[in-house]
Amino acid sequence: MNTGDLSAIWLTLKLATTTTLLLLLIGTPLAWWLTRTRSRLAGFISVLVAMPLVLPPTVIGFYLLLAMGPHGVIGQFTQALGIGLLPFTFTGLVIASVLYSMPFVVQPLQNAFDSVDKSLLDAAAMLRANRFDAFLHIVLPLSAPAYITAAILCFAHTVGEFGVVLMLGGNIPGATQVLSVQIYNHVEAMQYSNAHWLAGGMLLFSFVVLSALYSLRKSGGLRV
Amino acid sequence: MSNASELLQLDLQLTQGKFHLQCQLNLPASGFTVICGRSGCGKTTLLRCIAGLTRAQGAVRFKNIDWQHEKKFLPAWQRPIAYVFQQPTLFPHLTVRDNLLFALKRVPPAERRISLDDAVNWLGLENLLDRKPNALSGGQQQRAAVARSLLANPALLLMDEPLASLDIDSKLEILPYLERLRSQLGIPVIYVTHAPDEMSRLADQLVLMEEGRVLAHGALNALLTNPNLPLTQHQEAAAVLDAVIEAHDAHYHLTQLRVGSAVLLVPLSPLPIGSHTRIRILARNVSIALDAPLHSSIQNCLQAKIVDIQIHQQEADALVRLAMDDAVLLSRITRRAVDQLQLQAGMTVYAQVKAIALIPH
Repeated sequence: MNTGDLSAIWLTLKLATTTTLLLLLIGTPLAWWLTRTRSRLAGFISVLVAMPLVLPPTVIGFYLLLAMGPHGVIGQFTQALGIGLLPFTFTGLVIASVLYSMPFVVQPLQNAFDSVDKSLLDAAAMLRANRFDAFLHIVLPLSAPAYITAAILCFAHTVGEFGVVLMLGGNIPGATQVLSVQIYNHVEAMQYSNAHWLAGGMLLFSFVVLSALYSLRKSGGLRV
Repeated sequence: MSNASELLQLDLQLTQGKFHLQCQLNLPASGFTVICGRSGCGKTTLLRCIAGLTRAQGAVRFKNIDWQHEKKFLPAWQRPIAYVFQQPTLFPHLTVRDNLLFALKRVPPAERRISLDDAVNWLGLENLLDRKPNALSGGQQQRAAVARSLLANPALLLMDEPLASLDIDSKLEILPYLERLRSQLGIPVIYVTHAPDEMSRLADQLVLMEEGRVLAHGALNALLTNPNLPLTQHQEAAAVLDAVIEAHDAHYHLTQLRVGSAVLLVPLSPLPIGSHTRIRILARNVSIALDAPLHSSIQNCLQAKIVDIQIHQQEADALVRLAMDDAVLLSRITRRAVDQLQLQAGMTVYAQVKAIALIPH
């Protein structure tokens, strides 16, 4: 393994961790809103959130590249803020990953929130707990297993991301050159043994993650 | 009508599909009020509207404080109400103790009148505190839920058929606790049920609902014995009288009760002498004689005056209302007997009740 590989592993872990933490923060209120709202907007938002499940990653990457580019909506906004353009930066990758992995967090959380017995919320309200209080002390603890599922799925999904990264991030060492891209580089350069190290590592990683997930689910703690 | 500061004033309208709730009601903010009526008549909906869990049109006013009117809606969590649901809604991730503390913690210290120990003693939860709800029986769960609702230190306690989901043993286990609540706690309770025994054991006043409307409300026995209400048409039509335990007869296994100026014998009661209880006398267990019978197996013979007689020509039976002091008793006898004895309103007669047919509460 060379320094490029190590830096790719480090970058991948950083990207997956950042994305997971951000998505748990964003996904919680979003999933709760989707569970509780009667707004017509909810159906539309649900579809948007689920889009990455069916769209090819390159399509998402392509549109994000356009949107974040100098003539795109996001691009003009970030330029106006003085941040500059986001494509080919780590921040751009984080934003793309958040959108790309969103269904893997929002859907388990929404399922868990939905399955919390509504009469428990009525009971909490009758014990002087306001909605936030009831969410914090009743809904969150009862949904703890779903948070583990969501975090594992989101992390693993981000680690495996390739198409979006290639379209939006390119291949810049230390900034956007993640593991999956690095494997691609090795294969392109016919460095099969290097590719083996990384690909084999990914294989092992995926196996361990899924084993953990399934054993958790078997013990009754999880629904995905 | 009593002072508005002692009332729960309701004026609520709600439409849900085909169901219309239309309810104008002033209830005393004290004692035990039982709301009864067939399933689907809107009892639970009314309770949820009082609690603020369901949003109805109209006004709710408790002891001169507006909880709701056209421009105001106090959310459920801000109303000083506790609610015991049909299903025990304990929080499954918390132990019984933490469930109880959930309620207590949210009451400002200055407003805490009931301590954790009080509630635990009251409902006999000493040995259950460290258990999770799923390790409790249905009856134990509901007892814990009642304790939790008391710890919320409510100004008004709403109970929605709290015994309906329980088996008969659990019901019998909880009823005495509820009776203690009624006699000792001093929190007004609104209790929804359609079980006649719960109604007669617990109610001070009764609200009778039908298809989303209030059919009648008033003192328990006045409604039970009102011939214009469906309660008296029922096979189980009965009067409920207040009684005091006067003596126990260990030899014959009987208890002597005093009801006004009259004395009744009933099967032995476990309650101590001097305690107050109630007795439910089914109309079909009361027969009528013109003279005090000299040789009869029937142990209870009460002098009473006929108030009126309800006769339906298409039916075999007639319903006779009898006045004993202030209390009213019902007797269901055949129309033939009414004619044979030439019974009329105002006559003084003897009402006979078999001791064995009476079960003191």
